[in-house]
Amino acid sequence: MKFPDELTYTKEHEWIRDNGDGTATVGITDFAQSELGDIVFVELEEPGFSFEKDDVFGTVEAVKTVSELFAPVAGEIIEINEDLEDDPELVNSDPYGSGWLIKITPSNPADIQDLLDVEEYKKIID
Amino acid sequence: MAKRTPLYEKHQEYGARMIDFGGFDMPVQYKGIKQEHMAVREAAGLFDVSHMGEFIISGPEALKWIQKITINDASSLKSGKAQYSAMCYENGGIVDDLLVYRLQEDRFMLVVNASNIEKDREWILSQNSYDADFDDRSDTVALLALQGPKSPELLQKLTDLNLNEIKFYSFEKGSVAGQADVIVSATGYTGEKGFELYIDTEKANPSVIWDTLFQHGKDYGLQAAGLGARDTLRLEMGLALYGNDITAGTTPLEARLGWLTKFDKGPFIGSEALKKQKKEGLKRKLMGFKIEDSRQIPRAGYDICSPDGEKTGFVTSGTQSISLGIGIGMGYLPIEDAIEGNTIYISIRKKLIPATVTKPPFLKK
Repeated sequence: MKFPDELTYTKEHEWIRDNGDGTATVGITDFAQSELGDIVFVELEEPGFSFEKDDVFGTVEAVKTVSELFAPVAGEIIEINEDLEDDPELVNSDPYGSGWLIKITPSNPADIQDLLDVEEYKKIID
Repeated sequence: MAKRTPLYEKHQEYGARMIDFGGFDMPVQYKGIKQEHMAVREAAGLFDVSHMGEFIISGPEALKWIQKITINDASSLKSGKAQYSAMCYENGGIVDDLLVYRLQEDRFMLVVNASNIEKDREWILSQNSYDADFDDRSDTVALLALQGPKSPELLQKLTDLNLNEIKFYSFEKGSVAGQADVIVSATGYTGEKGFELYIDTEKANPSVIWDTLFQHGKDYGLQAAGLGARDTLRLEMGLALYGNDITAGTTPLEARLGWLTKFDKGPFIGSEALKKQKKEGLKRKLMGFKIEDSRQIPRAGYDICSPDGEKTGFVTSGTQSISLGIGIGMGYLPIEDAIEGNTIYISIRKKLIPATVTKPPFLKK
């Protein structure tokens, strides 16, 4: 299972990439997609949706189960991954790449640094 | 700690993800539910279902005992045949659903759900006033289910039994992959052709059968399949799952298992309550439903509602049908709603999603 070093993580099994331009990309981890199994549908809030940390911003439906998505930090959605509409299984096959979920502008970019680093996240799923 | 089946090492070797199910550490999936599901529909899949319980009831009054505790008519079974049945409480609630095998004239095997083994054993023993013996073989019998259209051809490579002669719900005992005294039963829980193999681990090694099936299985598209695919496969066929669709709080008549309930065989436990329920008329019935919007997946526990959002029932099983690409489910509906073609509403994340009532199977074969 892969966990890229440059990402930060949450205990809800999401990853956040600081894009360095005031935006960040959010997805679910390799562990999360593996636990969910075959993903058949991803429902996401629309761009413009603003949220507090831990608010629900979407739902992932797998064959076996359904899981809500929790915002890792406060902010606003600026883009959602439209490719998931037709190919939700991208989240399974490429969770850190083409299977990303949303791009956001965090209310406070420094919040991202307060999340888990890769070693801390690995301890959680051990 | 959860119990392990004799195939535990095989699951590790084949990369299974394990979950606790009915007190057993069981494979939920290997390569993915979709792939395993389609392998069973189109080729062949091998399931370890050794968690199921096996009871042997034998002796001069074995049949009488079974007739008392089960709702189907076991006297109609010939040696070498099996039947689907259920056990009820006096009030008609379901203790468990099960298979009854007539091994010999005075010797039967009851196959029960893993999570109910202890409850069933206590219940059956509490109803014994007969000249017959009871033997719980659950810990020594392994059970493999080979399911899918390629199953007969593949299994035939491993056995001298003539599989063409084993008709649906029949069985024969023979050698499989050099392992002695395997019960080869033309039964399953997927709606596909296939066999269930009961292996006495005191005489035979189920891992050898597993390995030999996979040695020959490549040419037939054989996949190891887990409980995840078992659930989506059985739900497409509308087969009930104890604990979800049938429970102590539901009766066979409500669960559309009236065809199993043989009042004319004479009294059995629950027969008075069920006769009364039949006479008075059912208030609710287990029905299937389909959701045409493929983005809405019903799940067990979701509410079934009237158009104005009033709760009228609940979903007992639900999933995305892998073969059909739509949401399918089953649930108890008030009798006036339990009509094919009727529209009901499922409450999915606070939205009312329309669904069409159907009689399973969802997948017509």
